[in-house]
Amino acid sequence: RRWAELVPESSWSPAVGASKMKVKMLSRNPDNYVRETKLDLQRVPRNYDPTLHPFEVPREYVRALNATKLERVFAKPFLASLDGHRDGVNCLAKHPKNLATILSGACDGEVRIWNLTQRNCIRTIQAHEGFVRGICTRFCGTSFFTVGDDKTVKQWKMDGPGYGEEEEPLHTILGKTVYTGIDHHWKEAVFATCGQQVDIWDEQRTNPICSMTWGFDSISSVKFNPVETFLLGSCASDRNIVLYDMRQATPLKKVILDMRTNTICWNPMEAFIFTAANEDYNLYTFDMRALDTPVMVHMDHVSAVLDVDYSPTGKEFVSASFDKSIRIFPVDKSRSREVYHTKRMQHVICVKWTSDSKYIMCGSDEMNIRLWKANASEKLGVLTSREKAAKDYNQKLKEKFQHYPHIKRIARHRHLPKSIYSQIQEQRIMKEARRRKEVNRIKHSKPGSVPIVSEKKKHIVAVVK
Amino acid sequence: MGEMETAPKPGRDVPPKKDKLQTKRKAQDPFPGPAPVPVEVVQKFCRIDKSRKLPRSKAKTRSRLEVAEAEEEETSIKAARSELLLAEEPGFLEGEDGEDTAKICQADIVEAVDIASAAKHFDLNLRQFGPYRLNYSRTGRHLAFGGRRGHVAALDWVTKKLMCEINVMEAVRDIRFLHSEALLAVAQNRWLHIYDNQGIELHCIRRCDRVTRLEFLPFHFLLATASETGFLTYLDVSVGKIVAALNARAGRLDVMSQNPYNAVIHLGHSNGTVSLWSPAMKEPLAKILCHRGGVRAVAVDSTGTYMATSGLDHQLKIFDLRGTYQPLSTRTLPHGAGHLAFSQRGLLVAGMGDVVNIWAGQGKGSPPSLEQPYLTHRLSGPVHGLQFCPFEDVLGVGHSGGVTSMLVPGAGEPNFDGLESNPYRSRKQRQEWEVKALLEKVPAELICLDPRALAEVDVISLEQGKKERIERLGYDPQGYDPEAKAPFQPKPKQKGRSSTASLVKRKRKVMDEEHRDKVRQSLQQQQQQQQQKEAKAKSTGARPSALDRFVR
Repeated sequence: RRWAELVPESSWSPAVGASKMKVKMLSRNPDNYVRETKLDLQRVPRNYDPTLHPFEVPREYVRALNATKLERVFAKPFLASLDGHRDGVNCLAKHPKNLATILSGACDGEVRIWNLTQRNCIRTIQAHEGFVRGICTRFCGTSFFTVGDDKTVKQWKMDGPGYGEEEEPLHTILGKTVYTGIDHHWKEAVFATCGQQVDIWDEQRTNPICSMTWGFDSISSVKFNPVETFLLGSCASDRNIVLYDMRQATPLKKVILDMRTNTICWNPMEAFIFTAANEDYNLYTFDMRALDTPVMVHMDHVSAVLDVDYSPTGKEFVSASFDKSIRIFPVDKSRSREVYHTKRMQHVICVKWTSDSKYIMCGSDEMNIRLWKANASEKLGVLTSREKAAKDYNQKLKEKFQHYPHIKRIARHRHLPKSIYSQIQEQRIMKEARRRKEVNRIKHSKPGSVPIVSEKKKHIVAVVK
Repeated sequence: MGEMETAPKPGRDVPPKKDKLQTKRKAQDPFPGPAPVPVEVVQKFCRIDKSRKLPRSKAKTRSRLEVAEAEEEETSIKAARSELLLAEEPGFLEGEDGEDTAKICQADIVEAVDIASAAKHFDLNLRQFGPYRLNYSRTGRHLAFGGRRGHVAALDWVTKKLMCEINVMEAVRDIRFLHSEALLAVAQNRWLHIYDNQGIELHCIRRCDRVTRLEFLPFHFLLATASETGFLTYLDVSVGKIVAALNARAGRLDVMSQNPYNAVIHLGHSNGTVSLWSPAMKEPLAKILCHRGGVRAVAVDSTGTYMATSGLDHQLKIFDLRGTYQPLSTRTLPHGAGHLAFSQRGLLVAGMGDVVNIWAGQGKGSPPSLEQPYLTHRLSGPVHGLQFCPFEDVLGVGHSGGVTSMLVPGAGEPNFDGLESNPYRSRKQRQEWEVKALLEKVPAELICLDPRALAEVDVISLEQGKKERIERLGYDPQGYDPEAKAPFQPKPKQKGRSSTASLVKRKRKVMDEEHRDKVRQSLQQQQQQQQQKEAKAKSTGARPSALDRFVR
């Protein structure tokens, strides 16, 4: 052991070896790190070495927790209430070219056209005597069609009447039976009405090109497929959903469910997917190629689901229900991600998602149309690039940590009105009792004698081709 | 890309000769494809431990994990390429012809180096107020020192601008900057005091009495204090609450260090052990037997891989903290080292009496080799405090003659990250950074030996929860277990068959039936086990030996 090496001699001459050593010290030029003038940006050199950034996971977790909490703080989805109708709003329609225009039909036969940016009514038409059962716009946006309880189909101009002109429909078709719904083709000058049977009309003719029917009961709604434009779907009172092909003028197939479907809506992005809003408080997403099992059963409402509409992205849809709420569901999940309700909003009859996928409008029993944000905590308007980056980062953090218990608890938390909350508890107890009964039946019977039916297949009665 | 000239096939027409201009236009790229990236650099940025097996999961989860792994590879390659943009190089010191660098004295280095770096070497002669302990702020720009007789000062040591200088009229045992240079914690004779950087006393924390050592955990905003009474107290400086006061049960505590990788506090005891503490647990996380005598100094490097300890047995040992907790290298010193510190690039300094020795390793990841010291220096008095300045090639030494700043080429991390600690930050930048740091303050409950524990798949707690629920309630209300049996309740019957005696009889019958089932099952299991053993015994060892009777 050489102890001497550890104790340096302070009297060694500096000339020995000093001039021949190679030494370099870390020395930074402040000009490279400090800005020159107050008007410049600050310089921020980056080094992504993980040793300089310790505690990555806990810090990200805390940031995700903060992001989730702030999302709940800023969740204020209600934007406006459009007042003016003198009876419950029965149906809504979107203008295909103009984001700010919507049309609504009320139960006293009145049709109103609203401007969403100014939040006022720009035109009122007394269209029918009795309910306005359906309203739809033509794909070019120049006219719209309404059907009412007075057995007529009327076509109106989208621009208001000129100076001195009367409010007159462009075209009136008198029918023999009450029409309950109408939908226009997405590309051609063809529209379909439903009532006792599904009629396909050409705009120039007063008689339908063809009438299709399958079954004996009345049909409540009809919808054209936006992608495969020759396909139609309809819902009838005898609990079935029938799909039609316009080119062959025949029905294709039908599926019979447990309870009646109120409306269907086709997915604007996937050609063969549609969602049905059913009376048994559920929504069913079907793939039309395989109707025997729904792709997903969406369960969250506590009363009959009255209307459904897809977002233009095709990833989510909104449903309106007889319990006084609207819910937003992702297509691939069975539970809703959001619920909107207000004390003043009574039974919601119709709902639409605007074409820029940012807003939702719903028409309800108490004569108001309400406008909501699709993402409750989204900041509206033009965002700066820093705001966008922060928003994207927070979104990704919330997604990454969504399964952690504290974060999940906060993200899931929604205030519900007492009626809905107590209904949910009650229905949970009932479902639990039914499930236990099933389990006991299976346990106490010969294995294989009681078939185990999955939740999805339980609600389908039959598929008929 | 060069053109492919196909050779004319036999029996076919010779293709027309290509134009000379055409061949000249398209030149070959001498280095086709993207630039290669060194594998070790890519490894540095990988966080997923591919050797760990995950529990069996659904196909959807597995596909998502595969996508995440592919993404991580891509991003780590991009991060490795971005290393090219790092502007600074670390310092170095090489003697000529393999000369011993330990013989080079500070004066030679100061002469040989540029003027800005030479100014970083200074000596403050303060003999009047006792031996000094010192601390650099997290950015390395500010220095605070406190003398045993009460002298406390804080200054910006680069510009030599004094921030404050006071005498607290009491013995100062330790001094620390809190999260920024605005606040100082001083462990005085009786209590813990917090001062502003202008010298104004802000707080006197009487719950922390007779504190010998202080450590600040920057990402948790926790000030850990070790006291003579044997208590380790964690004080949250952002809300001003004592988070935990742990009794270390080992007598007087005066050796403390923090592990910057996982914020665990290392305490050295007089029985030669080092115990690891977290505020969430009342017991130490681990206890390591290091020395034969008492432990006098502990230091942990910035990556949390190595721990250096020195004890009364004159040994200096380096332990491996991530894995085996075994000593990697040992060195006997002539004089025990009372102070130890690691630099950001892995250099180890030991203060032995009035001499400091610095040892260096091969690169950034390897432990310092204790064979030959890298540099040595003798000070004018015994050493009382040691710390490497972050992001600079400077070592600060507090001794009984004052404070010295020594040059140690290669000690500091050359490239800092402007968003974490920026020595050149302005007031506005500091304010923004402070707000963000407070918002992402890590709660004290998350301190544990593995800081990435939160990112693991939590398999154990699922199963444990289920077991606990079954223990408590007899069945699992959250789980659907087709085999689980509710305890048998005999149904009440009519006509006198429901008397207590008959109920008890019915219950007994069912219990006996179940007992018989269980016994049958356990017998079957035993038989199976015996068969397995016989099969094993038969397969091993062809010839019977006399010792077979002792095989269980």
